[in-house]
Amino acid sequence: MNTLSARRRHPLAAFVVLFLALGVIGATYATLGSSSAKASASVAATPEQLVEGQKLFQSSCSSCHNMNGQGVQGSGPSLIGVGAAAVDFQVGTGRMPAMQIGPQVTSKPPIFTQDQIDAMAAYIGALGAGPDIPDPSLYNGDPNDAASVSNGGVLFRTNCSQCHNVAGAGGALTDGKFAPSLRETSTKHIYEAMLTGPQNMPIFNDNVMSPQDKKDIIAYLVQTRTGSNPGGLDLGSIGPVSEGLFVWTIVLGLLIVFACWIGAHTTKASRARVAHFEATTGKDASDND
Amino acid sequence: MSATTAPGAGAAGEYGDVKTDPVSNWADERLGIYKGSKNLIRKVFPDHWSFLLGEIALFSFILILLSGVFLTLWFNPSMGEVEYHGSYLPLDGVSMSQAYASTLNISFDVRAGLLMRQVHHWAALIFLMAIMVHMLRIFFTGAFRKPREINWLIGFTLMVLGLLEGFAGYSLPDDLLSGTGLRIASGVILSIPIVGTYVSYFLFGGNFPGHDFIPRLFTIHVLLIPALIVGLVTAHLILVFVQKHTQWAGPGKTNDNVVGLPLLPVYTAKAGGFMFVIFGVVFLLAGLVQINPIWAYGPYTPDQISAGSQPDWYIGFLEGSLRMMPNWEWNIWGHTLSFNVLIPSLVVPGILFTALAVWPFLEQWITGDKREHHILDRPRNRPSRTAIGVGGITFYGVLWLAGGNDLIATHFHLSVEALTWTFRVLIFLGPALAYWCTKRIALGLQRRDKDKVLHGRETGIIKVSLEGEFTEVHEPLSAGERYRLTAHEVQKPLELGPATDENGVERPGNRALKLRAKASKAMFSDHVETTVEEYKEIEAGHGHH
Amino acid sequence: MTDRDMETDHLPENTGGAGHGAVTTVAEDPFQDPGLPAHRPRVTDLDPRAAKRAERQVALLFMIAVVGVIGSMVCYTFVPNTKVHRFTGLGTVNMNNLALGLCLGFAFLALGCGAIHWARTLMTDVDLVQERHPMKSDPESTAFAVSEFKQGVADSGFTKYPLIRRSLLTAMMVLPLPAVWLLRDLGPMPKDALRHTLWAPGMKLVNPNTGQPLRVSDVTVGTLALANPANLNDDPDERIDNLAKAAVLVVRLPQEALKGSEAQKKKQWDWSVDGVMAFSKICTHVGCPVALYEQQTHHMLCPCHQSTFDLSDDGKVIFGPAARSLPQLPITVDADGNLVAVSDFREPVGPSFWERG
Repeated sequence: MNTLSARRRHPLAAFVVLFLALGVIGATYATLGSSSAKASASVAATPEQLVEGQKLFQSSCSSCHNMNGQGVQGSGPSLIGVGAAAVDFQVGTGRMPAMQIGPQVTSKPPIFTQDQIDAMAAYIGALGAGPDIPDPSLYNGDPNDAASVSNGGVLFRTNCSQCHNVAGAGGALTDGKFAPSLRETSTKHIYEAMLTGPQNMPIFNDNVMSPQDKKDIIAYLVQTRTGSNPGGLDLGSIGPVSEGLFVWTIVLGLLIVFACWIGAHTTKASRARVAHFEATTGKDASDND
Repeated sequence: MSATTAPGAGAAGEYGDVKTDPVSNWADERLGIYKGSKNLIRKVFPDHWSFLLGEIALFSFILILLSGVFLTLWFNPSMGEVEYHGSYLPLDGVSMSQAYASTLNISFDVRAGLLMRQVHHWAALIFLMAIMVHMLRIFFTGAFRKPREINWLIGFTLMVLGLLEGFAGYSLPDDLLSGTGLRIASGVILSIPIVGTYVSYFLFGGNFPGHDFIPRLFTIHVLLIPALIVGLVTAHLILVFVQKHTQWAGPGKTNDNVVGLPLLPVYTAKAGGFMFVIFGVVFLLAGLVQINPIWAYGPYTPDQISAGSQPDWYIGFLEGSLRMMPNWEWNIWGHTLSFNVLIPSLVVPGILFTALAVWPFLEQWITGDKREHHILDRPRNRPSRTAIGVGGITFYGVLWLAGGNDLIATHFHLSVEALTWTFRVLIFLGPALAYWCTKRIALGLQRRDKDKVLHGRETGIIKVSLEGEFTEVHEPLSAGERYRLTAHEVQKPLELGPATDENGVERPGNRALKLRAKASKAMFSDHVETTVEEYKEIEAGHGHH
Repeated sequence: MTDRDMETDHLPENTGGAGHGAVTTVAEDPFQDPGLPAHRPRVTDLDPRAAKRAERQVALLFMIAVVGVIGSMVCYTFVPNTKVHRFTGLGTVNMNNLALGLCLGFAFLALGCGAIHWARTLMTDVDLVQERHPMKSDPESTAFAVSEFKQGVADSGFTKYPLIRRSLLTAMMVLPLPAVWLLRDLGPMPKDALRHTLWAPGMKLVNPNTGQPLRVSDVTVGTLALANPANLNDDPDERIDNLAKAAVLVVRLPQEALKGSEAQKKKQWDWSVDGVMAFSKICTHVGCPVALYEQQTHHMLCPCHQSTFDLSDDGKVIFGPAARSLPQLPITVDADGNLVAVSDFREPVGPSFWERG
């Protein structure tokens, strides 16, 4: 007892208490909360990270998600139980903090460093059990492994291409929302998006789509990024619309230029040249063919 | 003639003094090539860039035939399932139809296969574009008028065949995109009242997609429609030769002559050269710009789909029409009438195409003009026809845009719903607005022409008179230019006589006549006329200065 | 007054030509056709050096074509079809395709440009004038043709023997019928095939990603799962046809998210397992797979024509051309905790058809 009360005033004591409290809340959510996500509470989080994460959260996120992350009706959802992966995705792709209200929050250059993002992720991860930031071995598939890539392709076309397009170019959703392009998205963020279902994207949890399946999908996407346009310029990979547009603008224009060249009269000799010709040869220029 | 003439000696005698070569003589004695070609060799063709649009279609079609033959050597039109093990890694081990697998083989394992596939597809897009642009040129210049109505109908049929042929080709590789197109087509067929279900079961050989459709479509794509197209193109060209090409009005160019350069050598070189230019452009495209990357779409499976699934551009208007339509469906006496599918996919194109086909006859009925026309109209001089044409283009254009509403939405950050509603309004408003604007613009241009004829060309030189008045110096037009601008007729509305004759008996066909007069009034009430009298008056006025 | 009289009296003067000139005499008409202008020569017509230069240019273009054609065969042989290379602005392209396209493209282009350049600079550009003649036949030809035809008809006795005429016409009319009749075996009668799918009482919902039966716990709120009937692969020949009707989507909605009438909500909930519900994946418009699921709005969008279905309102259409709700498949759990169908769909899935009712 004494030792405990003596250390009560230790500079880190408050954080240890906080850590424990968060742990309890998290454990409660883990048992009561969603039955599927076999996520572990942030294992690697250090107390320093939690302190830093809480500080950053309170200064940058709490206006919408409330001081303790339980959400504000109408402006930001509760973050308890969303997991570290969701934070890493949302903040890492620059979607959070959201700058303006629109049909959906779009990605932009992230405003935090990866260390800061990790700290926030650790803090939110500790609020309640949710998917953790995946280990690189989970998402870095081998783009040269034929079996993995072709399985990923089938899965991508079955589960993802309806929104993101077969080439990962993105597509329209309802009311101005859209599925973003996957061309530039990092493999980690793709994995986290499947795991956490950001905004209107559905969740593809590990029971519905195994971690290996997710890894295969990523391998497929990486493979097609590097070798998908053997035929030449890909015109944005948005299918026949851009091909039609190309034909009706550039190709038609080019062919009409040729047609004008063929149809137009050849430039006539200047009057001075005609006069010179007639003076030197004594022939009628218009009869000379 | 003596039967004992030595062999060979007769030839020189039969062809008289003319020097002929033995090979041509041989052919002539069997085919009559000299008399057959005597009027063709130096046949005159007028020069104008817009007369070459049909050639683009012709030459791209030749390229389609050639590249198509190449593709058939490897393409296997079968829906039998195989497991792919070719050189395209991301589909290794995937189960697919033989049609799709052989298309992958052509794209990745046959040298020049990808090139020929891309040549074939680019040339097809150019073929249909050229047909439509050519058709618009014919429409806006009145080249469909007598005696060319039949050739208009042949050209129209060629366009429809081209659309079907293109869609068939798009559907053959059995990739996800082409299968989706067929799925939509099967849905459209199912919506046809009474016979739809049967037609669908007969075409697909049972349930969609079945195993029969691609082999059947292949025969239609490589045999039936190409044969029809070749036949009709031949007829189209023969008629162009027989009826001689139209020409623009100009000094020396009248309705009774044709002025231009001879087939041999000039048009042989120009048209032949243009053919190779088109081949060159298509091959460069095929080498540099990718088209229809079927490997990216994957094999067709009815439970897969890609965002942004669109048909090739020439079917885009039907896609837009389907997207735009409100969801009307009726259930009457246990039967389903799907107006949401029937109207956009069958009624709208039906009306559009019928109007296009009958236009020459409709216009002739309204104008009552039964004369031959070989001088082209400048579009401005036929404001109503031009305005109707632009209205039609606008209608088609709105359908077309609606077919890409999802891509427009994502690229311009708009909502698909708002865009669709905009198109629903524009489909009615757009053509009306386009009609009105075009007519005003055409009449305005006519007034400018009139001004030019009466007052001459603006030189840009400003003169100051002694009184300090500034005037721009106008230079009178040359006689040729004046002729060019006044050579057209001014069509005036039909004036109806009394509805009954002197005995009080109603004129036969009175109602049709009234309708005709009404149409004529709507089309020709607004007109600009430049008369010789006006010109002379102004000329006389100039004399007083 | 006949219609024929009406036809031309509103038209300008019927001069056959430009339509002017009838009012005033030709000499006075300021708008009259001045005739073809005199030919003006080109530089190549006058200057032999310019002509020689044009000749060399044309020959050079033709030689480029030769080089291009030979180049294409060299590239075909020596540039491997598997070689890809990354170019800035072009991407990673197949070198064989690129090389062949460029060689043949420039060869054709040079050949064509050479011919056109030749025509424009060195061939004649003096306009020729040829007369047009009306398409209509002259009276003699007409009279001759008509009399020949009449003679032919008379010789045949076509008008003389009505029995032959009528029976021939009848024969010609029935002749095309087999062209339709003989196509009967193109396909089977539809019967009620469009009303049934593979779903049947107790049929397991199998996740196509894992190949395993779906369980209630797999489908959390916000998850999109796909499912096929467990016997889909039993008949490989019919697999795709069956899939085209049977594919379903599985989502989970909290009970409080459901909208609509109490009866509808009850039906929707009763056909689900604890909020896990299955809907047909086939659009009721023209049959594309609908699978663009927005987990927050519960909207399901079809990418083909943007029909939008609200799953929280029993799959009702809230936008787009589809007329009918997405059919819900009644499901339950079996003894092993797997999701199974209670029955087939209670209505036909996919596009409407005439007999659907």
